[in-house]
Amino acid sequence: MQGAVVPMSEVEPGCHLGSGCGFPAPDASIFDIEPYFGNFTKPVFLLLLGSLLIIIFFLAAFRRPQLIPSKLQSIGEMGYLFIRDGISREVIGKDGDRFVPLLFSIFFFVWIGNLWGIIPGAQFPVNSRFAFPVGLAITVWCIYMFLGMRHQGPIKFFTNMMFPPGMPKAIYIILAPIELISNVLVRPVTLSIRLFANMFAGHLLLTVFTVAAFYLASPSVIGILGSATSFLMTVIFTAFEALIQALQAYIFTLLTAVYIAGSLHAEH
Amino acid sequence: MTWMLAAEEGGSNVLRIPMFEFVIGLVAFFIVFGVLAKVALPKIKETLEERADAIEGGIKRAEEAQAEAQRTLEQYQEQMAAARAEVAEIRQQAEAERATVMEEARKAAEAQAQQIAANATAQIEAEKAKALADLRRSMGGVATDLAGRIVGESMTDDARAAAVVDRFIADLEQASPNGGQN
Repeated sequence: MQGAVVPMSEVEPGCHLGSGCGFPAPDASIFDIEPYFGNFTKPVFLLLLGSLLIIIFFLAAFRRPQLIPSKLQSIGEMGYLFIRDGISREVIGKDGDRFVPLLFSIFFFVWIGNLWGIIPGAQFPVNSRFAFPVGLAITVWCIYMFLGMRHQGPIKFFTNMMFPPGMPKAIYIILAPIELISNVLVRPVTLSIRLFANMFAGHLLLTVFTVAAFYLASPSVIGILGSATSFLMTVIFTAFEALIQALQAYIFTLLTAVYIAGSLHAEH
Repeated sequence: MTWMLAAEEGGSNVLRIPMFEFVIGLVAFFIVFGVLAKVALPKIKETLEERADAIEGGIKRAEEAQAEAQRTLEQYQEQMAAARAEVAEIRQQAEAERATVMEEARKAAEAQAQQIAANATAQIEAEKAKALADLRRSMGGVATDLAGRIVGESMTDDARAAAVVDRFIADLEQASPNGGQN
């Protein structure tokens, strides 16, 4: 069945163009990896390893901080200042400084989790497993709700968000439910799905080109050209993924900061 | 245990949320957050604040020093102005004092000069009177002697002798009305 597309899970190894098997199209099954033992799957392992690396790196960088920093401390400080000045102070303001540790942890936790997607040998973005972005999004949502009710009052928080001032009265009939649904229900969903879907799609894309480069590698003109092109695309998309991974971590952290800012003071 | 968020058909549902992954993801995140928030980040926050302090403190100190210098300059200028005013006042006073002193001295000198002149005049008058008296006496004596010898008549009679002398002197004064100072 040459030329046909078969699900990857049904393909035997060593399959190339011309060897009589169809293209093993990567599908969702590539995200379900057999656990090493018990529930211990590759993403879980990478998640724990990444967490450990984050802790070790920043403990080493900030262990004995000096006024004139060492190279390691300088790198760590760049990360810290990026979160503090680039996100926290930019979005929340000076009184957002107390949320810097939270934003800092979220950013590096998400970013390192994503980064595994292009680390040779690992090559699996942790956050393409929906459970992890969902956990983070629920955490952010809880913080958002808690801070909002504490700073604006348990009822005021919701009425403030539903009735932004300066609108014609009639608009509120439509606006109030939209605002409530969008802020309370949609936000955590979009927050988690945005991260998950980007990592999912990126990994799928990389897998398609990688598998294609492998599958097309055969002694024919089409095979060689196709394989080379696919390999080139793999390289290009790996660089592109590196950008997306950092960008998604940034967006996740930025939105967290935006939600916190909205909970501290009534929006609009 | 597994939460099924989407339709359950098919072997791999990417929206499935395995409880184990969900929990371990949260645990891992809160461990990272706990260590960073409690151990790593407070230190660097402190260091960054110290550094900002050191830089801003340096600027602040420089500004303070400048302000201090400015204040000192103003103070100095004020003092200078006060001193100048004082000097001017003192000079004016001295000027006035000098004028008074000079006036007084002039007056004193004038008075003294007048006194001296008056004294001298009086003395001269006295000398003159005395000289005249002497002259009159001696000349009278000599003249009466001579006259007595010539006339042979005693001129010792005082009243007569005085009359003769007076006449003689009156004659002398008449003879030389301009330069008759003897």
